[in-house]
Amino acid sequence: MLAKAVDLWKLLWRPSRHFSLAFLTVGGFIAGIAFWGAFNTSLELTNTEAFCIGCHEMRENVYEELRSTIHYTNRSGVRATCPDCHVPHNWTDKIARKMAATKEVWGKVFGTISTREKFEGKRLELAKHEWARFKANDSLECRNCHDFEYMDITLQSPRAADHHTRLLAKGEKTCIDCHKGIAHELPDMSGVKGWN
Amino acid sequence: MKQMTLIAFVGALFVFASGPVMAADPIATLRGAALDIQPKAPMMTRQVNTDIREVRIYPEQPPTIPHKIRGYQIDLKTNKCLSCHSRTAIGVSQAPMVSITHFMDRDAQVLAAVTPRRYFCTQCHVPQHVNKPLVENQFIDADALLKK
Repeated sequence: MLAKAVDLWKLLWRPSRHFSLAFLTVGGFIAGIAFWGAFNTSLELTNTEAFCIGCHEMRENVYEELRSTIHYTNRSGVRATCPDCHVPHNWTDKIARKMAATKEVWGKVFGTISTREKFEGKRLELAKHEWARFKANDSLECRNCHDFEYMDITLQSPRAADHHTRLLAKGEKTCIDCHKGIAHELPDMSGVKGWN
Repeated sequence: MKQMTLIAFVGALFVFASGPVMAADPIATLRGAALDIQPKAPMMTRQVNTDIREVRIYPEQPPTIPHKIRGYQIDLKTNKCLSCHSRTAIGVSQAPMVSITHFMDRDAQVLAAVTPRRYFCTQCHVPQHVNKPLVENQFIDADALLKK
């Protein structure tokens, strides 16, 4: 067994006997494009709302909650889909999140949140993960659309303008500090800082 | 007993028969159209979002909410209103604190937190819309009444 492995190792490091250098470089390049295209396409396929709500855990649950909120239905028809808020847009961060999401496959297989009751039982824990993620990246997924640089404070209601200048502009707070539960129902918030 | 049933039956028949006649009567209603006509739905009006406290028209009136409250969750799990209006939250939010009466049980004993009977804010406090009143309102403010 070991001898076979050593043989393979030696074979891999020996120059090619039958294939030309052009075939190996151009062929390798084309194969690389094909691989990358397939990889990225399937990655983007998992990054759609249709994929997310393909399972009942999301569709008959948090997706239903989203449907009455302003991020789903509003006067201008611009809306956010699941990955807009829950998956970072930057490539490396996206891959990191996708790798972390393999645990969700485990959860799906073992039915960790396969009923509404089970989900409600885990809701605070799951919500805390998302809040922590938003807090750590300064609510980046909010800011992908809601950029503070382009907010016209004068068009906001007085209390919103006050909070945004007093707390957000100074970096004292980030979006998620005040806007928890904006797209889904909140868990039992007793014990969460700033809530009673 | 049999007679009673008969009377009730005749009565019901009379009410049923006179129904259409009553609908045709020019009774003033808020509906604005006959029962068999579906009137055009009025335009949705704008919710007040000024953040300016409104005057209470009598001392015990629960203050109205001068801002939008779309999606605010008030249930067993949490109360979104209290995330700004609670005793501890107003330092950051600068919102008015819930009145001390909301901390009292029914024996007027002040508790440490908002009592369950005052927990559901929108039972008394409601946001406002700018609307033309459907019927004339003859309400007189207590101050004006005293001067009469």
